[in-house]
Amino acid sequence: MSDDWKFHLREHKGAYAAAAMFIVIFALYILNHQAGWTAPVITTAANKGVLLAIVAMAQTLPVLTAGIDLSVGMVFVLANCVASHLVVGTPLQAAVGVVAVLAVGALCGWINGAIIVYGRLQPIITTLATGTVYYGISLGLRPVPGGDVHAGLADALTGAPGGVPAMLMVLLAVVLLVWVPYRRSVSGRAALAIGSSEAAAYMSGVNIGRTKLIAYTLAGLLAAIGGLLLTFVTYSGEASSTIGGVYTLNSIAAVVIGGTSLAGGAGTAIGSIFGAFVLRTIGDLLFVFDFEPLWQPLFQGIILLTAVSLGALRLLRVSNRLELFK
Amino acid sequence: MEPILQLVDISKRYGGVRALERARFACAPGRIHALLGENGAGKSTLIKIMSGVVQPDEGRIVLEGRERRFAHPQDAVSAGIACIFQELSLMPDLSVADNICITNPPRRFGLIDRMAQRRIAEAALARAGAEDIHPLAPVGSLSLSRRQMVEIAKALSRNPKILILDEATSALTAADVQRVYTLLKRLRDEGMAIVYISHRMNEIAELADDCSVFRNGQHVATFEAGSQSDAQTVEMMIGRDIEHAFPPKPPAQAGLTARAPALETRGLSWQGRLHDIDLTARPGEIVGLGGLDGQGQREFFLALFGVLRGVGGELKLEGRPVQLRSPKQAKRDDYGIALVPEDRKTDGLMLPMSVLDNLSFAALDRLSRAGIVASGAELRAAEDMVKRLSIKAPDLSVPVGTLSGGNQQKVVIAKWLMNAPRIIPLNDPTRGIDVGTKQEIYALLRRLADEGAAVLLYSTDYAELIGCCDRVAVFFDGRIVRWLAGDELTERALVASALNLTTTEKAAA
Repeated sequence: MSDDWKFHLREHKGAYAAAAMFIVIFALYILNHQAGWTAPVITTAANKGVLLAIVAMAQTLPVLTAGIDLSVGMVFVLANCVASHLVVGTPLQAAVGVVAVLAVGALCGWINGAIIVYGRLQPIITTLATGTVYYGISLGLRPVPGGDVHAGLADALTGAPGGVPAMLMVLLAVVLLVWVPYRRSVSGRAALAIGSSEAAAYMSGVNIGRTKLIAYTLAGLLAAIGGLLLTFVTYSGEASSTIGGVYTLNSIAAVVIGGTSLAGGAGTAIGSIFGAFVLRTIGDLLFVFDFEPLWQPLFQGIILLTAVSLGALRLLRVSNRLELFK
Repeated sequence: MEPILQLVDISKRYGGVRALERARFACAPGRIHALLGENGAGKSTLIKIMSGVVQPDEGRIVLEGRERRFAHPQDAVSAGIACIFQELSLMPDLSVADNICITNPPRRFGLIDRMAQRRIAEAALARAGAEDIHPLAPVGSLSLSRRQMVEIAKALSRNPKILILDEATSALTAADVQRVYTLLKRLRDEGMAIVYISHRMNEIAELADDCSVFRNGQHVATFEAGSQSDAQTVEMMIGRDIEHAFPPKPPAQAGLTARAPALETRGLSWQGRLHDIDLTARPGEIVGLGGLDGQGQREFFLALFGVLRGVGGELKLEGRPVQLRSPKQAKRDDYGIALVPEDRKTDGLMLPMSVLDNLSFAALDRLSRAGIVASGAELRAAEDMVKRLSIKAPDLSVPVGTLSGGNQQKVVIAKWLMNAPRIIPLNDPTRGIDVGTKQEIYALLRRLADEGAAVLLYSTDYAELIGCCDRVAVFFDGRIVRWLAGDELTERALVASALNLTTTEKAAA
């Protein structure tokens, strides 16, 4: 039908807005950068951006079910520490290590989901607690920063063969192998249904427990992919609660900038990726304009507020004031 | 014809309240079976049991000769029973096609096949006679009537053998109602068994082949449509035991009508849900709001309390025209309104907070000086209320959620009496509370009226309206269709006018 595109636009307007915002900010950044559009600049930007983008994707999944995962940053850090022990040695050993890191992440996510579904605890407090546990384990694994990572793998993934940053290819692969199938699976559909109206989803016969379990498990897996990539960028593991905390909070901000409602039910991980890019680029932008880094939180805050305010415009049309509180 | 579905001796209790008592029901393929009964007769519980939403305490469900148990809505769906609730099963953020296919989306290589899904959705919409709805539109963007059509399409896409409709037409526009009629008749001719709940007698006359009447959770009678007159049907529906004692009503005083009204509305309207409500309440009287559940009574109270935006018409308080914009404004002394809301657990109380906190919440302005709560005055006022309403609480500091339902309701009423309101709308204040407390509330309402307040009482219990109220406005479809007072105020008249059967009432009397 002819007006399909209207509905498509409506569904994805948050993601498009975030993408547009990113393009504008990134163009400003490149135009004012001394080196401009060159492979090293792009690759550095990509390496930083992709890490947050993947953690933001992880955050998107629980948020779509109207939940939240405050442990993504800590799983990210834990995966980093595990990788700095295991992703070493021969290519085969490193490959086994990669699988182990991802399995650890998925397990962390599964534990979150199991507690939320079977323990019937609220996601916010569950993941706050488990996140602290995961951080404790990271600290046990890496009391001081250090360790190593398979150098060949790290160089291959942080470089830019043929001028395209390898990290972007990794991100694309994650989108195509994890997000796209998930979004089109019954479970992904069910996650949106739960976020939109859990009662209606139940009445429609949606398997609510399994859906949430899958969403949190995938979130853990994605966070671990992020942590693995962090290891390739830093060549070491560090149990840093600061990194964990910052990534968790920035992932939530990226999700919101990307047009996903914290109330659940609507949004995409693609939007969150651009949300993450926007957040990252703002920091760099202030740098090229010679602003003091002190200004960075202020600007990030303003961008976030603007994005959230756009989402609240619908409240002006509500005619029963009781619905303002729903 | 052989029944396809039989319910045998089904009983269900909610807490101490009996919803169904050894109820029986059977429906046959190729027939439209109407379920009749007044509020609380057990119809909703019955269809919830048929559709697997609640499980019966006792009794058997026999589907196509085999005994079945439905532990989840999904069990009933896969057994071929589709139920259309009022709006309950749609996810507003998802598209129409997503909603229609949510239970069992078409898959290819394990992933949802969007093209196939779209074809299914288009076919289902076409079958429901709503092909003008775009399958990609988010359900939240559709009007109520269109949403209901999506709900019907969703049920049809599962190819059910038994289709249950609970008040499915109450939200529909006239054009959609006609489509649904045509559709239901066609489905019946195709051999589907249809169970139909409606409070509109003309719909039942138009559609039903069989009728079953329920009363007080029990099956009263099943008969072929048309074999009983409307008056006989109403007679079967009424006859609730009047188990409450009501305080005596004051004789209709000539002086009362002379008093200036405390509240007067002229042509009050809102959003197509309230139409031209003219209502007057004088100090000293209890005005009842009758009618079936959900005919606009709740919205009317919300409009009086400043909750709704865009209310049309005129509202006068003690002769002054006013515009109310918020409960905060409505409760002020110069307006003097206090709304006792429908759901005490969500709108009335903060359950984990103490009895004292809850009692003083609405009146904190009066109990504080320069923004600081005068705790001495607060305690005295609260203790005063506890005594006045004989609220049974071990201590004022216990969480209000630990009190019994009846005492919780008393706290809700007491919290508003702290403001000494002059206009008191109460939304079904006795729902789910014990008989003793009910009687205390009836006596309290009469006392408040005698002290000069105008009391507005909405109740789903007709006996209560008859026993308590001086006059009753019967709501239907967002309008007042009838005023009943004095000797006219009978259960038969209430039921008949609630069903908007104005003429048969005289024939039956």
